[in-house]
Amino acid sequence: MSGVLVVVEHRNGNGSGNGNGAIARTSLEALAGGQSLAKQLGAGCSAAIFGQGIAALAGELSGKQLAKVYAVEHPLLQQYTADGYTHALQQLIETVQPAYVLFPHTYQVRDFAPAVATRFQQTLISDVVNFREGPMFVRQLFQGKLNADYRAVGSGPCFVSMQAGSISADALQTSVEPAPVEVFTPTLTHAQIRTTPSAPFREAAHTVDLTAAPVIVSVGRGIREQDNIALAQALADALGAELAASRPICDAGWLPMERQVGSSGQTVSPKLYLAIGISGAIQHLVGMKGSKTVIAINKDENAPIFEVADYGVAADLFEIVPALTKAILAKKT
Amino acid sequence: MKIIVAIKQVPERDAQLSIAPGGKWIDDADLTYTINEPDAYALEEALQLKEKSGGEVIVLSAGPERVASTLREALAKGADRAIHIAADSDALARQDTLALARLLADAIRAEAPDLILTGLQSDDLGLGQTGVILAELLGIPHATIIMQVEVTPTGLRVKRELEDGWFQHVEMPLPALLTIQSGGNKLRYATLMGIKKAKSKPTATIPAASPTSPPAIELVRVSLPEKQKRTQMLTGTAAEIAAQLVEKLQSEVHVL
Repeated sequence: MSGVLVVVEHRNGNGSGNGNGAIARTSLEALAGGQSLAKQLGAGCSAAIFGQGIAALAGELSGKQLAKVYAVEHPLLQQYTADGYTHALQQLIETVQPAYVLFPHTYQVRDFAPAVATRFQQTLISDVVNFREGPMFVRQLFQGKLNADYRAVGSGPCFVSMQAGSISADALQTSVEPAPVEVFTPTLTHAQIRTTPSAPFREAAHTVDLTAAPVIVSVGRGIREQDNIALAQALADALGAELAASRPICDAGWLPMERQVGSSGQTVSPKLYLAIGISGAIQHLVGMKGSKTVIAINKDENAPIFEVADYGVAADLFEIVPALTKAILAKKT
Repeated sequence: MKIIVAIKQVPERDAQLSIAPGGKWIDDADLTYTINEPDAYALEEALQLKEKSGGEVIVLSAGPERVASTLREALAKGADRAIHIAADSDALARQDTLALARLLADAIRAEAPDLILTGLQSDDLGLGQTGVILAELLGIPHATIIMQVEVTPTGLRVKRELEDGWFQHVEMPLPALLTIQSGGNKLRYATLMGIKKAKSKPTATIPAASPTSPPAIELVRVSLPEKQKRTQMLTGTAAEIAAQLVEKLQSEVHVL
């Protein structure tokens, strides 16, 4: 066993994996991570892409600095299924024998990578934010309140998934000399695919485009009751900002789903992100950590949101928010 | 339909965490524990399926004695019986997700359920894998991050959440395993009647078997995260803090 194998995902803009898609940004980040890990190990980094009719995408990958690109092609991989991908990747790993298998930590990877690891009697080190010499993999515990260092002590291969945004895709090394592309055809039968997926859909068109808003006021669990949303709305109005929320607020129906920021909602990078009563779970942070300035108001001084905030107020939002709204309105008149 | 819900007991969400001496885990002496929130949604889904099409809901959890309180709460909400895999928390902490899933899988095999539900991930470790590993060990189909479950003549039709606001329907035969996303249903509270009834519902306690193989991954050290940004904390009265913020909004952030 040697080297790093990075599993790359591609999308059609709707989560279906047919060949017209593009390589997802999180996969480019994972590739950059794979190159860096391979360098640390003094080994090669290869990439694998799954589907049917994916020659163009494999060609695109061959422009990166890679030892090899595996185009894993089969008609039964045209559409993603956990069974199809699990069987195919298992066969590829048995052939290639990598020491490390790296994934982007996407919903799709969460659906099948743990099963692949189980087939090799391993456990995936999931949602990794960083790695150091060793290699030691850093991931977050308790919704981001603590970090933990993990290492592989099994017989290998070691399976790792990388959190979105943890490594910049800009770090990805390209190569003048194209990497060789090898078509790998797994043995798959219809009977092995036990689930029948249908085409992805959206509930409703996004009528609120938070990504275009220069200023966002966002509320979280700390707001406690639906009636209190008005406090945040008043602040948003005073600032001319869009109102957004973390997942629990939308789950409770206090604000519509289309105002959700985070891994299952929109990813925003406004000039100002004002977080009210948001603790800063990883799933929320990935959706807003690109904001230019972050102001956080939360009564818990240890809340992870303060790790990404420029200005922090560890106090009762029910005192601070009305006072701030009042001060802004006074300034404007 | 016979449904097993795999539940994890975790520290309360707003618990103040401190690192234990030795740096391998948190100091759990004064913590209060509760059901892992996504697992509460898995339980709710199971109870609603039972209300619609009948059957039995069994809750399953592995952990030390304190886990019994979380199982009792699930019984009070309407689960029919509970299985407690009794395991010392230090011993569990030394194992990895695969070893833990093997313990759960052994208990599940003995029951031969039609459906297994669990939350999509835990609030403490957040590895998000127990469900998928269980399905693999049991040799049954699965789907993850599920918002809705519908029983069909041939099995299940589920609504799976994808990223960026996309969804997908997936059909599969039974038996199957689903990991449930938070927020799909409204959680119920235990009624007084439920709490009373729970006292007479059976809980089977079975000892955890020793792991058959050494762990594949090891948690070496926990630490406080390093700040990604230099945060300037503002203090004072509400009015003073508001004045400081307005100043920043004007001269630093330029949004006023």
